[in-house]
Amino acid sequence: MRHILSILVENEAGALSRISGLFSARGYNIESLTVAPTEDATMSRMTIVTAGSDDVVEQITKQLNKLVEVVKVVDLTDGNHIERELMLVKVRAAGKDRDEMKRLADIFRGRILDVTDKSYTIELTGPGEKLDAFLQAIEPGAILETVRTGASGIGRGERILRV
Amino acid sequence: MQLTGAEIVIRCLQEEGVEYVFGYPGGAVLNIYDELFKQEQVKHVLVRHEQGAAHAADGYSRSSHKVGVCLVTSGPGVTNAVTGIATAYMDSIPMVIITGQVPTHAIGQDAFQECDTVGITRPCVKHNFLVKDVAQLAVTMKKAFYLAQTGRPGPVLVDIPKDVTQAKAEYSYPKTISLRSYNPVTRGHAGQIKKAVGLLLEAKRPMVYTGGGVILNNAAPQLTRLVRLLGFPCTNTLMGLGGFPGTDPQFTGMLGMHGTYESNMAMQSCDVLLAVGSRFDDRVIGNPTHFFRADRKIIHIDIDPSSISKRVRVDVPIVGYVADVLDEMLKLIESSPQRPDAQALKEWWGQIKEWQRKDCLKYDRKSALIKPQYVIEKVYELTGGDAIITSDVGQHQMWVAQYYKFDKPRRWINSGGLGTMGFGLPAAMGAILANPGATVACVTGEASIQMCIQELSTCKQYHLPVKIVNLNNKYMGMVRQWQQFFYGNRYAESYMDALPDFTKLAEAYGHVGMKVEKPGDVEGALREAFKLKDRLVFLDMITDQAENVFPMIPGGKGLTEMIFAEEL
Repeated sequence: MRHILSILVENEAGALSRISGLFSARGYNIESLTVAPTEDATMSRMTIVTAGSDDVVEQITKQLNKLVEVVKVVDLTDGNHIERELMLVKVRAAGKDRDEMKRLADIFRGRILDVTDKSYTIELTGPGEKLDAFLQAIEPGAILETVRTGASGIGRGERILRV
Repeated sequence: MQLTGAEIVIRCLQEEGVEYVFGYPGGAVLNIYDELFKQEQVKHVLVRHEQGAAHAADGYSRSSHKVGVCLVTSGPGVTNAVTGIATAYMDSIPMVIITGQVPTHAIGQDAFQECDTVGITRPCVKHNFLVKDVAQLAVTMKKAFYLAQTGRPGPVLVDIPKDVTQAKAEYSYPKTISLRSYNPVTRGHAGQIKKAVGLLLEAKRPMVYTGGGVILNNAAPQLTRLVRLLGFPCTNTLMGLGGFPGTDPQFTGMLGMHGTYESNMAMQSCDVLLAVGSRFDDRVIGNPTHFFRADRKIIHIDIDPSSISKRVRVDVPIVGYVADVLDEMLKLIESSPQRPDAQALKEWWGQIKEWQRKDCLKYDRKSALIKPQYVIEKVYELTGGDAIITSDVGQHQMWVAQYYKFDKPRRWINSGGLGTMGFGLPAAMGAILANPGATVACVTGEASIQMCIQELSTCKQYHLPVKIVNLNNKYMGMVRQWQQFFYGNRYAESYMDALPDFTKLAEAYGHVGMKVEKPGDVEGALREAFKLKDRLVFLDMITDQAENVFPMIPGGKGLTEMIFAEEL
């Protein structure tokens, strides 16, 4: 099962390696990890997408909570939540494919950020599956380069993660 | 008051009431050593290798419930200490390790004796700090001592660059400290405790299984009262020995890979299992799938939520300090009119007595060779069961656990989790300093003792009269045993050729050495050694090379799949 863990962590040197080290030392899987400071500069918020049985995810949560610099851990997949990921993709856009590429980007509500006579660089935001779907919709040979941020997530409605 | 970083370190140690620092000087810690030199309150013990410093601080802590402190220099000083730090981490021992670091401007430059201390030690400490600002030094030291001792204890490392030890800051030591990100749950949930007591009082075939958490949390008195009040059988893990009196008729001996038949059978056959400060480790319950073939309710008390339901699903988890939780349970039971079903308990004890008749720890008492088990029994008799025994790792460690009956906690000091050879002698140094006047014996083997033998020199310098009982079978005995059982008698590299003459070696270090080769001489030699109260005595006992530790649960097997001496 895929889980999205949201973690508030002290914004201190080494906190990230403590967390990533925990995952590698205990053999847990990391699908993606994003981190940046919050509105309170003393704290960072991290989103980790992981996969594992309920027992494994329970252990991951407990082990994360045990780290001295971790302030709070929430499994967003326990309730309603919003998940977004940003992707920048550079695609071949020349000749007869150029219009089709523009149309596809529009369908997926992508924005073209950079244009050359042979390529587009497209920005796409959405849940991971939407980004996957876009990549599947275009011909594999047309993809020149992709970069993805990994998922960020937040609880819906009154669900709030803060200290 | 403006103080230098080095002065601040020493002042903090004084504030924490630190009696001994175990360490080894070097470039990056010279300022700290200079301040140590200028005062007398904190005494320094100079080891001969940094691994010894960490183990000695560890032995000091295990035998006294105080925080063990060690001080080493940057680079190799730290890397040498890592084995000792990892040992303490695996057994949750409260320690503060102060390490020197190259100056802040040199960090990352591959400077002389530089290593990424915080990175190297990160997976084997409870927490670590790199102090880059002298103004943060005192508060960091306070945090280190606080973290080491609270919640699930463990080693905490403070890495201090040399320029930080020179720089000055206003000094004030915080009286208390709190961290918003660190709030261990210390009080057990009242509802869960009630539920647990209900299960215990309804049990027909109860079993109490306790580990190192009882020792660390000083919960032996509460545990003993609870077990006696209920009349239940009790077993201890290797780390938990002494948590319940070893001579009590309700004690069924250690459990696990080399545990007693009766303890392992009762673990498998019970209907309610109370686990206290223990973690269902692989050496304790063997194969978890096999363990779950039997149906039982499990109550698990532990300070660390991540220890609960890690290897084994439990029915009633209780997170909190075990001493407090046991106190709460005692209150509930004492105020309840209900008592366990006496008839069921009588039948259960009947079954346990039957298992005990197997006499699983019997060995050949008529042998012309010295049997290691016999040596341990004699050490037990001659010390009245009241010595502090440290050990290294291997067969000798198991024999102490099986044949020395520990009635009190903090008398049995061994590396249970990491299984570190070389632990015993330096740990004994720490134990003897923490318990002046106590009889401290290090039971070891000729392989283990050589891993930290240089500490014989430290023992001489500080007059530490450890009694070293070397069970010398010329083999890494436990390795040889596995090779005999599971590798077709191919003794790959487990035989030690060219052993030193340990008697002469001990004498060369200024100690007393004795060699014992006949069973008839064991008792006399031990008597003589224990009489030499102010001398370190190295007893080189030449034991039966073929002796094995029984019973044994082979790796991957279940609790009831033990093999016995007579089956071989």
